[in-house]
Amino acid sequence: MSKDIRIRKGLNINLVGAAEKATSKAVLSNVYAINLDDFHGVTPKMIVKQGAEVKAGEALFFDKNNEAMMFVSPVSGELIEINRGARRRILSIKILADKTQTGFEHGSFDTANATSQEIKAHLLKSGCWPFVKQRPYDIIANPDANPKAIFISGYTTAPLAADSDYILQGKEKELQAAITAMGKLTPGKVHVSVNTKSNSPLAGLKGIEVHKITGPHPAGLVGTQINKIDPINKGEVVWTVSPQDLVIIGELLLTGKFNAERIIALVGSSIKSPQYYSTKMGTEISTFLYGNGVNDDNFRVINGDVLTGSKSRPDGYLGFYNNTVTAIPEGDDYELFGWNKPVFNKISTTRAMTFSWLNSKKKYDLNTNTNGEHRAFVVTGQYEQVFPLDIFPMQLLKACMVKDLDEMEQLGLYEVAPEDFSLTEFVCISKQPHQKIIREGLDLLYKEIG
Amino acid sequence: MSDKRLTFKKRLHILKHHYRDKKMAPAFNAFHTFLFAPDETTHSGSHIRGADDLKRTMNTVIMALIPVLLFSMFNAGYQHYAAIGGFPSDFSVMEHFLTWDNFWIGIIKVLPLVAISYGVGLVVEFIFAVIKGHEVEEGYLVTGMLVPLIVPIDTPLWMLAVSVVFGVVIGKEVFGGTGMNILNPALTIRAFLFFAYPTWMSGDKVWVHEAVERAGTADAISGETILGYLAQNKGAEFTYSISDMFFGFIPGSVGETSTFLILLGGLFLVFSKIASWRIMLSAIIGSLLMGLIFNVVVDAGIIGETSTFYGLMSFEYWQHLLVGGLAFGIVYMATDPVTGSQTNRGKWIYGFLIGFISVMIRVFNPAYPEGVFLAILLMNVFAPTIDHYVLRGNIKKRLKRLKSATILPKDSDSKAEELKAETV
Repeated sequence: MSKDIRIRKGLNINLVGAAEKATSKAVLSNVYAINLDDFHGVTPKMIVKQGAEVKAGEALFFDKNNEAMMFVSPVSGELIEINRGARRRILSIKILADKTQTGFEHGSFDTANATSQEIKAHLLKSGCWPFVKQRPYDIIANPDANPKAIFISGYTTAPLAADSDYILQGKEKELQAAITAMGKLTPGKVHVSVNTKSNSPLAGLKGIEVHKITGPHPAGLVGTQINKIDPINKGEVVWTVSPQDLVIIGELLLTGKFNAERIIALVGSSIKSPQYYSTKMGTEISTFLYGNGVNDDNFRVINGDVLTGSKSRPDGYLGFYNNTVTAIPEGDDYELFGWNKPVFNKISTTRAMTFSWLNSKKKYDLNTNTNGEHRAFVVTGQYEQVFPLDIFPMQLLKACMVKDLDEMEQLGLYEVAPEDFSLTEFVCISKQPHQKIIREGLDLLYKEIG
Repeated sequence: MSDKRLTFKKRLHILKHHYRDKKMAPAFNAFHTFLFAPDETTHSGSHIRGADDLKRTMNTVIMALIPVLLFSMFNAGYQHYAAIGGFPSDFSVMEHFLTWDNFWIGIIKVLPLVAISYGVGLVVEFIFAVIKGHEVEEGYLVTGMLVPLIVPIDTPLWMLAVSVVFGVVIGKEVFGGTGMNILNPALTIRAFLFFAYPTWMSGDKVWVHEAVERAGTADAISGETILGYLAQNKGAEFTYSISDMFFGFIPGSVGETSTFLILLGGLFLVFSKIASWRIMLSAIIGSLLMGLIFNVVVDAGIIGETSTFYGLMSFEYWQHLLVGGLAFGIVYMATDPVTGSQTNRGKWIYGFLIGFISVMIRVFNPAYPEGVFLAILLMNVFAPTIDHYVLRGNIKKRLKRLKSATILPKDSDSKAEELKAETV
């Protein structure tokens, strides 16, 4: 049974540099790294010491708040560096990979006959649990909670992001295994959303409720789908998993091995011929970045898509959750009368001497310039045009800024994640940092209410 | 060409770093960003940003005001000469309106108002930006253009300067500057003028250049507005046609007269998605409705011809939009996003009440037959209340959803199957 959802509010940002549907094997990286910024709210406690040998899938550290939650190494090799920042906080962990890889054996698992407790324990100790995220608060799921539903978005609408249909090809077996396990973790449903026109391998799986969804970005964001399918109420918890992570979970359940391999899209206008690469999480980005050459030296590497990714560098490392790496030009230059001359080469939701409304199909080469300075909120009604959730975006942002906990809660902060505000941030005339405001609001609410 | 510009750009860039963390940095940056869009790049969140910034938004409103300003400069002269020599019987726009003589009156009377409004207002803004150490925000760019357009032509410049200082400081800066004010700054300035210097702001002499000076002499001229005639039940005395009212060849505040150009400006703002069409449309509906109610009251014979209010109440309901400042207020003032309602549903209510109350005040205020600025200021005060109730609606919906939600057991294994059957 499937239900159709049509999103009307939103904006598709068409950028130059979409990946061609061809996959090459990336050069093997010597060093792999785990960046602790990927795990918001986790306080790591190391298990292995510097200089120790680990196998692929062997635990490196756990979360102090939940000691059962293990984080594992993507490759086998020697732990060469634990990079610490202020107050000895761990920033990243580097592993020098062995020439021949050996995998850690997590043991075979009978998903069909396992209880939810057994599944949780297995995922926790094998390093697969961090793939499961929860709302409210947009953090790694608390395994003790009982989620009312699990949401999986198989539809990508974020600019230039890796196409789920393409990267999931041929992974039906793994996906089904993971979905079966997910189904046991919730008394509710496992909601899977796919595009109406797609032939996603997700749609044919058993034990799910399929939703056909169409519309512009952010139709593909799981937050939009939750709000339209079964919105979160106060006190409720839902879990979300991204489909490419389901593949890893599925493979673990089937084979007992944590396989860090994934297909990523290298995109952006600074890349000469953007395409897909198969590589491993934690790999050095330069192992595939220069594969087909770059157009210019002054570019920014983004771990993720242009709206929600994090700033990285060519010698940075692929993030834990990422399936997209974007390279776009830096916009660190002045523009003469940039504020009043007609604009043809940038995207705008207004028509104030900006002409992107003339041709919605045109692809743009946008850089990282803010196109203006930070200001107080002035214009109204602009966010609502690109924000399909039944929430007042500006009022919620203001509630977060003034730290009004009651108002934050009443206006629905527990329904959203920072990424839901990526599009309002893009169109914001006042150049306010929406995602940061929401993140800080969520952290505050978590700290005060839990 | 690029060589010279590069060095100029570089020099400014070096200067910017020189001024960084200094007291005068906001002042320097204000000029710098006026010339060059800054080299700032994104740090957190979205790595790319839309093309619009606040300067562009404000600039769009100013563009929508330029035709009105130009028209008002010609009209200043036209009304002056027409009051002296009588209206030409064979009126032609090229011959009698778009003349150098008319424009000259505009240059000597209207441009100084613009210059004082911008000059004084921006100085205040700069001082506050430097003292408080924040950037000069663009809000005043529009305010500075609105102010000269909503005052009588002969307003003494010192009066305007005093009001601008009051309006910017009390109306805006004490609340925290652009984006934080409760009252529309341009209307705060107008209201200050109105209440501080009432003799200069109302009556039948102030609307035409030199009418005040000539009063009582042999060369006396009248500058009565249409609303003024109507308020005195002298509706039969004015000779303006509907097309005069629509195109704006009538006396009134500097820029309010041409409904036609205001309409074009409004359409431009709606098309460019800068101003809210919801506010404009609902305000028009509100004013038409109030006008219609008055017409019905008159037609029913409840108000006789001897009544003080007869003139204005019997005025055709739709013509209210053609005279006075109603159209100007609806298009350029009511749509101010900061002081108006901020929710889409709230905008409907807010706009409707502005139109409705404007016409009501206009008819029932014997001292000064115009109510737009008072109505908008009144609704500015109520806009947060309107938004509050719109938000309550959303919050209530969320609470209702919570009540009907099923409560899940703590452990998923025990009751999982049973609950699944229930929810399907």
